[in-house]
Amino acid sequence: MKILVAIKQVPDTATQVKIGAGGKAIDTTGITWIVSPYDEFAVEEALRIKEKRGQGEVVAVCLGPDRAKEALRSCLAMGCDRAIHLNDPAWANVDTLTTARALAAVIKQEQPHLVLCGRQAIDDDMGAVTAQLSEVLGWPCAAWIMEESVDADAKHVRVARQVEGGLEAFDLPLPAVVSAQKGLNEPRYPTLKGIMGAKKKEIKDLKAGDLGLGAEPPQLSIVALEALPPRPPGRVIPGDVPTAVKELVRSLREEAKAI
Amino acid sequence: MAGAIWCVVEDDRKGTPKKVMAEVIGEAARLGGPVEAVWPTDKATEDGLKQLGSWGATKVWLLENPAFAPYRSEVWAGALAELAAAQSPKAIFGPVTSRQREALARLAARLGVGISADSVAFSMEGDKLVATRPVYAGKLLSKVTWAKQPWVATLRPNVFRPAESQAGKTAAVERPSVKIASAQMKFIERREEVSTGLPELTEAEIVISGGRGMKGPENYVILEDMGKVIGAAVGASRAAVDAGWRPHRFQIGQTGRTISPKLYLGFGVSGAIQHLAGMRTSKVIVAVNKDPEAPIFKIADYGIVADLFEVVPALTAEFKKLLEK
Repeated sequence: MKILVAIKQVPDTATQVKIGAGGKAIDTTGITWIVSPYDEFAVEEALRIKEKRGQGEVVAVCLGPDRAKEALRSCLAMGCDRAIHLNDPAWANVDTLTTARALAAVIKQEQPHLVLCGRQAIDDDMGAVTAQLSEVLGWPCAAWIMEESVDADAKHVRVARQVEGGLEAFDLPLPAVVSAQKGLNEPRYPTLKGIMGAKKKEIKDLKAGDLGLGAEPPQLSIVALEALPPRPPGRVIPGDVPTAVKELVRSLREEAKAI
Repeated sequence: MAGAIWCVVEDDRKGTPKKVMAEVIGEAARLGGPVEAVWPTDKATEDGLKQLGSWGATKVWLLENPAFAPYRSEVWAGALAELAAAQSPKAIFGPVTSRQREALARLAARLGVGISADSVAFSMEGDKLVATRPVYAGKLLSKVTWAKQPWVATLRPNVFRPAESQAGKTAAVERPSVKIASAQMKFIERREEVSTGLPELTEAEIVISGGRGMKGPENYVILEDMGKVIGAAVGASRAAVDAGWRPHRFQIGQTGRTISPKLYLGFGVSGAIQHLAGMRTSKVIVAVNKDPEAPIFKIADYGIVADLFEVVPALTAEFKKLLEK
């Protein structure tokens, strides 16, 4: 069984982000880059499926600039068999739809049985690529899965999606696209052997032209990045607990009108 | 004639629109409308249709078919796309819910247009719509615009001012016939969460959150007691979820649920960036923590530096007194 995992390289959550010159992107100086955490759940699940079946191939794919290779290298260190890097200046300002179309083109070449993504990348938090990819491919899709099991002959995958108030379980005929929610698994750390081995694994570079894609103008573009408006200064309520609690409740009712 | 702003209806799966639709319709009206509701459902109630009208929808496109339940994105996206192609709305809005975040992304792909997910503000700049959305764990705001119509967007719940219900306002109900795609995916079962008797985290107007300071799973009962008094949902920080004290569905933050309640009360929550990412658009923030240096105090409107185990019972008692008046 062949599984393709689509990942994204993003700034570490704890990294300070500053608006860069031009005002439409962040200043990338000094940023620590990581594999988006939800994508790690997707990688882990793909590896588990392969391990459980005792055979198969897991291919990691990432669209991004040169530095994104490091993210793919991390996936190889976790255990992915090979990687594909969609690296082309034509994709510098991609939106979710262009990303989905590029991924779909790779998927048509690779013909995996299952595509796993993270529920969203934690940089732009758009969370649209999984669904758009399934639409471009015409495949069934289940977002935010908490459980997954592929049947013995790799014809169907049963998933449980997290929804308001519970879980909904579905059977999807393969090939299908699913996205991982936290709780699906606990991603492994790469072993030293894995890290060493990753250096020898293949990362194939592809450009838009290799996939038969032209330069498409994005359908959604960033006009500007802005800092958050400052919150009005708050106050720490002094006094012993009974006094402070009374004052808090009074403030919530009379000033904030929040209760 | 200028195209309408469509509001895709999220319902309670029993034929009644959720109250978040008042927010979506309210925002569509502020942007100049005309506001039309589109409702894919297996069954709509008369009261539900009236409700949409009273919030300000001038028309309801009712797509009533058993195939819409249980929800599957392939069925929803196809039907919505066919209707959109015929009616040319200028915008298609829906609330951020498990169904619509997926269905509207898929719809946008089918229509070949952009989507702004989890939007928290809109403005018209000339004849273009500009959406504002939090990015980078809510540390920055991104303003985005579309290359062409329809402008597809999902709206974060509890952020937009809801439309007031106006008696006497009604919507014309149209029942267009659209092709229903046969779904490739098959529904197996729905597993309901054990009900806490408290509101759903993402829908609650008041949210109480317990962090590492709660010391253990057994102590969340004091937060639930407070929740019952003030009608609040009870959530947790990542530290508490990772420690196994609360199931993941209760996690507030970047790898959990994003909430935007009228009132957020954090107890023993330090305020790590990844927690703030999930709650910083709350309107009023209260923090109780023993540590005066806890980062959450930087964004809190009201803080008490004290032991939460003293504050919580006292606060619950005080809320009770207030609300019984």
